[in-house]
Amino acid sequence: MMQLLDHAWVAIIAPVLAAGAIAVVGHRAKSFAPVLALVGALTTLAVAMAGVTALFQADPHGVGPIADGGWEWFKVGGTALRLLWALDGLAAWMLLVVGVVAAAVVVFSTGYLAGDGGWVRYFALVSLFTGSMNLLVLADSLTALFIGWELVGACSFLLIGHWFERPSAARAAMKAFLTTRVGDIGLLVAIAALWSACGSDSFAEVFDKLPSLPSPTVNVVALGLAIGAMGKSAQFPLHAWLPDAMEGPTPVSALIHAATMVASGVYLGVRVWPVFEVSAPARDLLLVTGVVSALGAALIATLQRDIKKVLAYSTISQLGFMFAALGAKAPVAAFFHLVTHAAFKGLLFLTSGSVIHGSGTQDLHEMRGLRRDMPLTFGAWVVGALALSGIPPLAGFFSKDAVLDSVWNHAPLAGGVLFVASALTALYMARATRLAFFGVSGADTHVHESGPSMLLPLAALGSAALVAGLAGGPVARAIGHDSEPLVPAVALIALGMAAVSSVAGWSMAPDPQADLAHQRSLGRFGVALANAFWWDRLVERSIVAPAVGVSRVLWAWGDRLAVDGLVHGIARLTESAASALRSLHRGDAQVYATTMAAAVALMLAATVWLGR
Amino acid sequence: MNAVFVACALFAIGLYGVLVRRDLIAILASVEVMIGAPLLLLVALGARLDGGAAVESIGLLLLVLAAAEAAVGLALLVLVARVVRTTRADELVEVGER
Repeated sequence: MMQLLDHAWVAIIAPVLAAGAIAVVGHRAKSFAPVLALVGALTTLAVAMAGVTALFQADPHGVGPIADGGWEWFKVGGTALRLLWALDGLAAWMLLVVGVVAAAVVVFSTGYLAGDGGWVRYFALVSLFTGSMNLLVLADSLTALFIGWELVGACSFLLIGHWFERPSAARAAMKAFLTTRVGDIGLLVAIAALWSACGSDSFAEVFDKLPSLPSPTVNVVALGLAIGAMGKSAQFPLHAWLPDAMEGPTPVSALIHAATMVASGVYLGVRVWPVFEVSAPARDLLLVTGVVSALGAALIATLQRDIKKVLAYSTISQLGFMFAALGAKAPVAAFFHLVTHAAFKGLLFLTSGSVIHGSGTQDLHEMRGLRRDMPLTFGAWVVGALALSGIPPLAGFFSKDAVLDSVWNHAPLAGGVLFVASALTALYMARATRLAFFGVSGADTHVHESGPSMLLPLAALGSAALVAGLAGGPVARAIGHDSEPLVPAVALIALGMAAVSSVAGWSMAPDPQADLAHQRSLGRFGVALANAFWWDRLVERSIVAPAVGVSRVLWAWGDRLAVDGLVHGIARLTESAASALRSLHRGDAQVYATTMAAAVALMLAATVWLGR
Repeated sequence: MNAVFVACALFAIGLYGVLVRRDLIAILASVEVMIGAPLLLLVALGARLDGGAAVESIGLLLLVLAAAEAAVGLALLVLVARVVRTTRADELVEVGER
């Protein structure tokens, strides 16, 4: 096993190689594609298991890496660009999350995407994503982290646009790419500042030099990192791409846009925690954006009709909880919630995939009484919904308690808002559950339970969601802290609020008509919620339209006039010079002879003239 | 010295004919005029030198060669005229653009 740990980088290489192999042989042997992808995911899982096992055997407070290594990529002058990797407690747990969800998603996809035209491309990209995510997780230098960070973004773009022939999917992919790009600029600035200030891109060396840096530098770095994390994790004001990203296949939403990639913002926060620890402004930014996202997205989720949009806003909201915990100096609570959230949100997304596959619709108002036709899917959904709502003994209860407690103690106002957001979580899940699974089922007879390839992953993630609450202690120790005991007062208040609001959510939507009537009774506020506070329209008018206008001017004057003019001008010059010269080469022997005679005469004249 | 001037004039007149006349027969005739220039120079040179008979005999040899060359040129011309039905140089532009 130590052998595997010393070569933990295979978790990066194996899925990438699998992706290449799928791309090469996939079209010849279609059933081979998911097998190869699964091999990549299981390699990740094996490395993660070995790492976590080693953690349990090791000294409980050992923060150092279990194994590390790296390569020098290239050298410019005296500065080496290094790709370093390290498997420490944090990386091991994150790898476990990636491995479990990736394996479940690959198996689920064989059922969900059966007969899809993009089958080979899909599995190649999922495998490439797994490898890139592992690079991000195992990275021990800023360079390696950034490469992984950008690769997962690219895979996300490609997988959101899986059905690119649909204009809405192509637009959503573009929107996700451009919005996260805004955050990536923050990350790039932070990396550049950190590197130039410390003269090294290795995390350990950077953290060593951190105390000697001037405070403005540290703040710039921390704010840049925070903005990068916000873009990746779809936090306000860079959140609008995530609901649109639901245009991608549902298993992709489970893997990338619920469990792993969107959580990498939080992972980054924990990874570079020493930077945030010394920068109060950046922590305040994380807290504010987290609280705003948690409450705003939870409110919006209460009135969404698309089952995947409900889950997407719920993801923004839950990531907001994690950001608030980071802002409240509680990286342990944030990471614990990341782990449990990956389990139950991955489960919920796969369940919604099963629902969409079985019922043929994403609209909650068109699903009725699915629990009779899809009992197993219903069971998985209930486990996920209870875990998300924070009902004990499921996973969400423990991690949310840790988050609420730490934020409440840090800033009571923010804590209070999070309590409300937490209660709203229970409300929108109760509403969605009743609309989709209860009530009188329609005359539709085509609704069917999904096959074993889709139910098996649900069972796996469902059991993870059941027991992930136990991971609190080990996760805390893995990143070098003591586990925090459950706070009964916080837990009881949160539980009480969840119970009350789930009853409210339940009674809100006995049937679609009542749901619509309820929305109308909210008046303008209801319209605002259903339209996600018109954020898209605001961005469209204030940022997209001016940017398009400026681009048009640049295109007309800069590109078409200057650049194209230059290119065409050179072409025309060449052409006219050529046609002038061509008249000498018409094949008329006498023209050749005249030219020759003239040249000889010139040479003679020159000899006589110069030879005097 | 007069012979040199006459030779230069002969060469220039011949060259002008080669460059300007379009008919292949005329061009061939012009070439013959050009060949006359060095012949004249050889003969004039032979008259001035001691033992110039050798030089003059080279001139005689060249005269025969020029006659042979004219015969070969005419033969080629007849072949060309048979194939393309023209003896005009500006119509013989097969290799170029038309």
